[in-house]
Amino acid sequence: MSLLQVRDLGVSLRTRKVLNDISFNVAAGEMIGLIGPNGAGKTTLMRAILGLVPFRGVSSLAQVPPAQRGKHAAWMPQAREIAWPVDVRTLVALGRIPHQGTGAQIAPEDTAAVERALDHMGLADFADRTATRLSGGEQARVLIARALAQETPLLMADEPVAGLDPHHQISTMRCFADLAQAGTSVIVSLHDLGLAARHCTRLLVVHEGELVADGVPQEVLTPELLRDVFGISAWARMTEDGFVLQPLSAL
Amino acid sequence: MSSLVFVRTFKSLKRVIAGAFLASAIAAPCFAQMPARVVSMNLCTDQLAIMLAAEGQLVSVSRIALDPHVSAMATEAAAYPINAGRAEEVHVLRPDVVLAGKYSSRETVALLRRLGIEVVQFDIVKSLDDVAATMMQMGVALGREARAAEMAAAFEADLAALRADLAGQTVEDMPRAALYYANGYTSGDSSLAGEILAAAGLRNAPAEAGYAWGKLPLEMLAMIAPDVMITARRYPGGSRAEAIMDHPVIGSLRGASTAAALTDHDWVCGTPFVLRAIGDMIEARSAAEGDG
Amino acid sequence: MSRLMMCLIAVLFALVTASFLIGPAALGVGESVAALVNGGDTPAAMVMREIRLPRVLLALMIGASLGLAGAAMQGYLRNPLADPGLIGVSGSAALGAVLSIQIGIAGSVAFALPAFALGGALIGVFAVLLLAGPRGSSLTLILAGIAISALAGALTSLVLNLSPNPFAANEIVFWMMGSLADRSMVHVAIALPLIAVGAVMLLSLKRGLDALTLGEDAAAAMGINLHRLRLTLIFGTAAVVGASTAVAGAIGFVGLVVPHILRPFVGARPGALLWASALGGAIMLLAADIAVRMILPERDLKLGVLTAIVGAPLFLHLIYRTRREGL
Repeated sequence: MSLLQVRDLGVSLRTRKVLNDISFNVAAGEMIGLIGPNGAGKTTLMRAILGLVPFRGVSSLAQVPPAQRGKHAAWMPQAREIAWPVDVRTLVALGRIPHQGTGAQIAPEDTAAVERALDHMGLADFADRTATRLSGGEQARVLIARALAQETPLLMADEPVAGLDPHHQISTMRCFADLAQAGTSVIVSLHDLGLAARHCTRLLVVHEGELVADGVPQEVLTPELLRDVFGISAWARMTEDGFVLQPLSAL
Repeated sequence: MSSLVFVRTFKSLKRVIAGAFLASAIAAPCFAQMPARVVSMNLCTDQLAIMLAAEGQLVSVSRIALDPHVSAMATEAAAYPINAGRAEEVHVLRPDVVLAGKYSSRETVALLRRLGIEVVQFDIVKSLDDVAATMMQMGVALGREARAAEMAAAFEADLAALRADLAGQTVEDMPRAALYYANGYTSGDSSLAGEILAAAGLRNAPAEAGYAWGKLPLEMLAMIAPDVMITARRYPGGSRAEAIMDHPVIGSLRGASTAAALTDHDWVCGTPFVLRAIGDMIEARSAAEGDG
Repeated sequence: MSRLMMCLIAVLFALVTASFLIGPAALGVGESVAALVNGGDTPAAMVMREIRLPRVLLALMIGASLGLAGAAMQGYLRNPLADPGLIGVSGSAALGAVLSIQIGIAGSVAFALPAFALGGALIGVFAVLLLAGPRGSSLTLILAGIAISALAGALTSLVLNLSPNPFAANEIVFWMMGSLADRSMVHVAIALPLIAVGAVMLLSLKRGLDALTLGEDAAAAMGINLHRLRLTLIFGTAAVVGASTAVAGAIGFVGLVVPHILRPFVGARPGALLWASALGGAIMLLAADIAVRMILPERDLKLGVLTAIVGAPLFLHLIYRTRREGL
């Protein structure tokens, strides 16, 4: 069963076509990496799928009434915004908003979901700390926990590992991969092709507004595609630790 | 009895004013010391000068003299050229004497004096006893002493008659009045308005409660609960200062048990018109006594 | 949270009691209560019911309005410097109110005064949001506010100067600083409907403002209708601030000080801050109104003077902190 269908999706900003004829399906349990050079349209694609920008074509998610979308997909924008000095638990609990009616009290299942999300991200000890006083990496984890607390079948994150140290990059990608294994589908956009190659079950490559490749990493990341889309060469090998790709030089 | 007094007051007032116009109409001979061109730049000097000046002697009056809210002689003032109290326009009129108030712009007065123009400043009349003296001062300034003395004598005689009517009455018998102006201000006994009340046989209730001058809190007014509410006539265009008169407390004080009266242009300056104001208050008082 | 509520309500109750008992007419406690409850035609009843009661009610309504509007605007703009007074909404409302009085319609149609003030406030909020933008920096917000306040203030002065009424020109102070002196139940009746509607609108923003903590995109993806939220905020703020300004003039800084003080007590949640700021605003204005009656009672001190003396140093502190954080 597919969680998300995208058919002939296109986006124009003013008169410029940003995205054109993009189609793909997402099934349960997929860990999808959305890659492409700067300005390829990755963020716009995700926002269009969520119904946050006007688009042509079909996104099954955007067909859901706006008030219900939050139960189907969680969205982590690239800007890690925490406007007020709330504590971590309160911030994570914001992920429960789509499940609460206007002015409804916090239900036991909401509290349970928040605790699960905190545990999942190893934030139990941070729960009472003020979110805005945490380090960048810690804030990123808190915001992931917030998205997890939403407990949606689909999670979309825009460059969730940008600006994190290697340890947190790897553990964040691992966390998404674990979620995918547990049945939640994840779509993350990212620039690090090594991380994409290693942790994603499927890669979507966007180039100049078109979807130019869609498949498992070792089939997608061919030398030709790396050259034509990214303008780089890379060392890529199937190892006993899985598929490994290391960009080498700009062409 | 009080209505009798009122009628007489009114008659004598008419006499005073009519006399004034008659006197100026038959244009007295030109005294050597009589200034030929006089400009007035204060509301109160405007009115006294209109009453006392010889024909053609008064060259200009102030703009505010046209405002019927504060000027008892707005109609008469309309016959004169108007000034706005600026040194330049006054100077252009080539006056021999300028009549100003004590609180007219110091800069304007100083400038006019530097230009060699004689400026006579009149103090604010705070008491009925000062009215005659002010008339005399105006007489001197205009070189019309005889006419001023006549007017002052008539005024004093009328005032004395009014006061004689009140003789023998005890304060306790008099209705309690309250003056209540825009912004909730009141006037105490030692003001022209306070003396008008006293001359009409009304007690100044806020003054008795210790509010001699300035703001009378609305709740104190409610507690005082005067027999006669005297408020000011309102200006066109709205203001918050006057909106206080719409307050339900004022409404109920003005209601059934209380007589209401208005202050107007007759109250503003120390001119013979204060007799008319006293007459109005005597009327309000008899209305209150009739209720009582 | 509920303990905070109880504390605020207890303080509010004490201040309401004090406000009923303080005044130049030295009425005893028993006498005051009896007059308030029994009514009648006595002077004491008139003082309690027609003078002190509307004053207490207006302080509660207007204080709550300003606190609530401040908390809502700050939550929406994600900026602690937003205050209806500072960003020109109160000033524009005052302009509307003054216009309705000077063209004479306020005298003939009872609801013209709050309606015009609402119109002015709407233009003010709309202009600020347009100029500062939802993601605008503190700098653009404050600059937009200064421009709109200055223009509204100048036009208000102009209208009052052109008035045929000699008292009107001196009333710029009232419209800029605000006062509750000598208001009546008529003013309560004029302001209450709009304040009630506006308050309900602003309180309904609780969920949306909480979600906005994560930014507009995240909030929208969680099912918050940002377009509707924005409209509700504009109309709600204009309604409460417009009605308040129409009867009491522009009172600044309440919407800045109150949310700032109460934010730590509600865990900084913008939604929870709404209720708390409404109560806190009522407390601040009631306290300020008691203070103007105790310090120099004969001088009719303006409320905005006191709120500015408390609020301006805090505002400066916030600007300093904002600069340090490089916003």
